[in-house]
Amino acid sequence: MILLPCPNCGARNVSEFRFGGEVTKQPAPDQTTPASWARYLYMRKNVLGVQREWWYHNACGSWFIAERHTKTQEIQSTYFYSPEK
Amino acid sequence: MWELIRHGLNSSKPFPRMWHTHDLKDHYDVVIIGGGVHGLACAYYLARDHGITNVAVLDKRYIGSGGSGRNTTIIRSNYLTPEGVLFYNESVQLYQELSLDLNFNVMFSQHGHLTLAHNDSAVRTMRWRAEVNQIQGVDSRLIWPDEIAKLCPQLDLSDHPRYPIQAALYHPPGGIIRHDAVVWGYARGADVRGVHIHQMTEVTGIEVDNGRAIAVQTNRGKIKAGMVLNATAGWSTLIADMVGVQLPITTHPLQACVTEALKPFLDVIVVSGSLHVYVSQSDRGELVMGASIDPYTSYSLDSTLGFLESLSGDMLELFPSVSRVKILRQWAGVCDMTPDYSPIMGFTPIEGFVVDVGWGTYGFKAGPVSGKRMAELIATGKTPDLIAPFRLSRFEEGELVGEKGAASVGH
Repeated sequence: MILLPCPNCGARNVSEFRFGGEVTKQPAPDQTTPASWARYLYMRKNVLGVQREWWYHNACGSWFIAERHTKTQEIQSTYFYSPEK
Repeated sequence: MWELIRHGLNSSKPFPRMWHTHDLKDHYDVVIIGGGVHGLACAYYLARDHGITNVAVLDKRYIGSGGSGRNTTIIRSNYLTPEGVLFYNESVQLYQELSLDLNFNVMFSQHGHLTLAHNDSAVRTMRWRAEVNQIQGVDSRLIWPDEIAKLCPQLDLSDHPRYPIQAALYHPPGGIIRHDAVVWGYARGADVRGVHIHQMTEVTGIEVDNGRAIAVQTNRGKIKAGMVLNATAGWSTLIADMVGVQLPITTHPLQACVTEALKPFLDVIVVSGSLHVYVSQSDRGELVMGASIDPYTSYSLDSTLGFLESLSGDMLELFPSVSRVKILRQWAGVCDMTPDYSPIMGFTPIEGFVVDVGWGTYGFKAGPVSGKRMAELIATGKTPDLIAPFRLSRFEEGELVGEKGAASVGH
């Protein structure tokens, strides 16, 4: 069982959450090419190691970011999104 | 048969080795990374059909230790897209001849496959699948509870369950097989034709020169390669990273479990798309059960209690009579999921580096056909028509092959 700390509610069972995939950077829509847009839509890093990823907590309705190791499942940190980080 | 009795009576004479160990050569025409059914089948067909025998198959552990030894062995071709149906149908045909072809009993038993529908939209999709299947010449039709009751009286067909069974897609050629035998049979067939199988050989890097893959670095030394095939399933993006090719793949664990052995109980393979359960009874009598992929990406091979709980709950909805049966083992494998639930086969922007990946939760049943067609692609340098829809460039071209007939994934 994975305990995932929601930045709003604290540690909860992972079954309370929905996984949102790795954090990707959207290219500026007015400057992108079809190829780079397709890369943004489909291509993934799929790292074996610590991954920055989106999670949604069904209970409180908040989206946040977790840094999780994809093999050991260790959660290093969770925090709300901010554009700088 | 006589051989079996002779060896049984005379234990001092062990069976001959089915494949041999070799030193790494400096150069192979084709280096196949991944010793599962896909990689070994490709090596076998390269040697048998195209006379290319200077081939190495590398596996970081023992052959068949990944998805090929962890799947639930279901083989079928009742998919939804015409591309998928054509492709998997050729695979079923190859599996039917495989014991004869490899001279090794792979125990393929085609005892029928039922996909249950629990609501109107599922019934509609089953009808759609049946039509697509029949047009492609695949035996597949929609049946109603009266006929389901004859095929599988153990199912709870009453209106008591939360999601009562309304209809099913019946696919008589669907079956199960002994997956280890498929791996070993291909390995032996490739080995006698001169292919080198290198176990415990982990690829640590791939050398690229001028946009062309030229050599593979392993923990046992460097190999020059004419062509490199990536057939590493859940680990495929890690290999592709070595040449700088990005893939639209995420790795998810898929778990399965078996019960203690029962007397013959279940003739058909039963799948429920809505409940995400599939179950068959193995030749040893165990119920082999699986469900959906874990809902987050991971390379972990750990079993989880959450999976076991939800699978057992769903199983009891279908088969209330197995409530006292004990679970014996549970395990996980890692699947390379693509956005459209179809595989990725063929050339990449790096010359000499081809892929046979993205096999997600449906790779084992496609082993023979993808091995055969990838061998054709490698030998001729051209993409066979059958696998052209699955090219890597389809994502940029916007021509996805949405395969909603895939198992173990939510739709």
